[in-house]
Amino acid sequence: MSQATLALRRIRGVFRRHWYLLTASWPRMLDLVYWPTVQVILWGFITRFLAEESSLVANAAGIFLSAVLLWDVLFRSQLGVSLGFLEEMYSRHFGHLYTSPLRPYEHVLAVFLIAMIRVALGVGGAAVLAIPIHGFWIGGVLGWSTVLFMAVLMAFGWSIGLMIAGLVMRLGMGAESLAWAAIFLIQPVSGVFYPIDTLPGWVQAIAWCLPTAPVFEGMRAVLIEHRFDLGLLLHALAMLCLWLVLGALVYMALFRSVRRRGQLLQTGE
Amino acid sequence: MSSEHGPAVRGPVSTAPAVRVEGLVKCYGEVVAVDRLSFAIPAGRTTALLGANGAGKTTTIAMLLGLLAPSAGTIEIFGLPMPKARNRLLPRMNFSSPYVDLPLRLTVRQNLLVYADLYGVPAPYERIAELADWLDLVPFLDRPTGRLSAGQKTRVVLAKALINRPELLLLDEPTASLDPDTADRLRTMLQDYQAERGAAVLLASHNMPEVERLAQHVVMLKAGRLVAEGSPAELLERFGRVDLEEVFLDIARGRARDPAPA
Repeated sequence: MSQATLALRRIRGVFRRHWYLLTASWPRMLDLVYWPTVQVILWGFITRFLAEESSLVANAAGIFLSAVLLWDVLFRSQLGVSLGFLEEMYSRHFGHLYTSPLRPYEHVLAVFLIAMIRVALGVGGAAVLAIPIHGFWIGGVLGWSTVLFMAVLMAFGWSIGLMIAGLVMRLGMGAESLAWAAIFLIQPVSGVFYPIDTLPGWVQAIAWCLPTAPVFEGMRAVLIEHRFDLGLLLHALAMLCLWLVLGALVYMALFRSVRRRGQLLQTGE
Repeated sequence: MSSEHGPAVRGPVSTAPAVRVEGLVKCYGEVVAVDRLSFAIPAGRTTALLGANGAGKTTTIAMLLGLLAPSAGTIEIFGLPMPKARNRLLPRMNFSSPYVDLPLRLTVRQNLLVYADLYGVPAPYERIAELADWLDLVPFLDRPTGRLSAGQKTRVVLAKALINRPELLLLDEPTASLDPDTADRLRTMLQDYQAERGAAVLLASHNMPEVERLAQHVVMLKAGRLVAEGSPAELLERFGRVDLEEVFLDIARGRARDPAPA
């Protein structure tokens, strides 16, 4: 067997581990679609109400629903990656995984794959449900830019998820809640529901360092001005590259520290 | 099959050591967990790593597996440096420990399929069937691992440890919490595997009759240091005792007649 085939088999091994876990547990499957669906139902009705009161909402159909779904791509992607590592801690499994020939980057790639599937099932399910409930289809209002925006947010979620996973591995299960809470630190400066120029000047400077701000500004450009802003997309891609590198560096540093301190054998509750 | 002071060696035995440890040190801040440890694990034989709780056995095994970076010293496995050559060595090794679990929600078959992929095992379904048959796991293959008894789980972990037919097998307390019958069957399985494969086995155990039955070589640690090394027969002779339990107690309680390493 070639080295590439062996690497692919190791990635498949970790993927299998999470796929078996996900598909054998209906509470896990339910959890995937529950919150995105609740959010879509809630924001759909808020949109209906506001459309009668606000010309902006009336003219920019789906501005809130698109924002909710795109934000959930980021959140579910980050959570999917973090959970990919947390599941190993819950089951005290790192010792076996890392005494196998599995390389850390293969582990990370497999977890990214399973996070993509979690996003597809969770957010995809909610997006499809929005059609019969609210007559809203995100691809219908954002067009092909939907794929670009979702891809940037998914990859940004990987980066944040990786940093959180490294932190939880290093700090222990006491830091577990970071997996659910940390991403909301950046929500206020991401311009999910309002334009970035709503923020104070110095906060705007922070916002433009994240890929989320140009993505959500780009979304509003499509919905309100009916134009695709290539400059915003390039800005988002540039920031994404920086954050992916930062995520990988932070994870590698924390993983090395975990290995040096012998925590791979001691993880668990 | 056993001689007076330990088992006869079956299968091919090479004279070159499978593992050579030189001046190994592991510090956690001010605490020295392993202190200038040097020993060798002969190829094709079982070496027992003994010591009281906290003596440094698990830390040493973790360093041999590349799970933990040493503070100082060198480890060579099959002539290659660990952890530098980790990627070349780990496919030839495997490990079991009661302190590390397999995912409990996955079935036995699913867990073994995952590890067959991780170790790149050719014909994984056939290998799993072979191991299940040998370790008496066939009735449990499609049961979640978490629903098995302690003895069944131990056999599943052993199946995982043998899935890649390792040349070096590291076993941390493999029969802990097993009833005498199950433990005896597991020891027989380990002896059969070693006889068939000619593997080097490192066995950390607190069970001295088990060590006398399985090991041809013994390394004794106290507070992270090597305090005695040799065959069970050599240690019994040196300490003037009739079984390893007494030798262990002599060392643990500091009443050793000759604590110097062989």
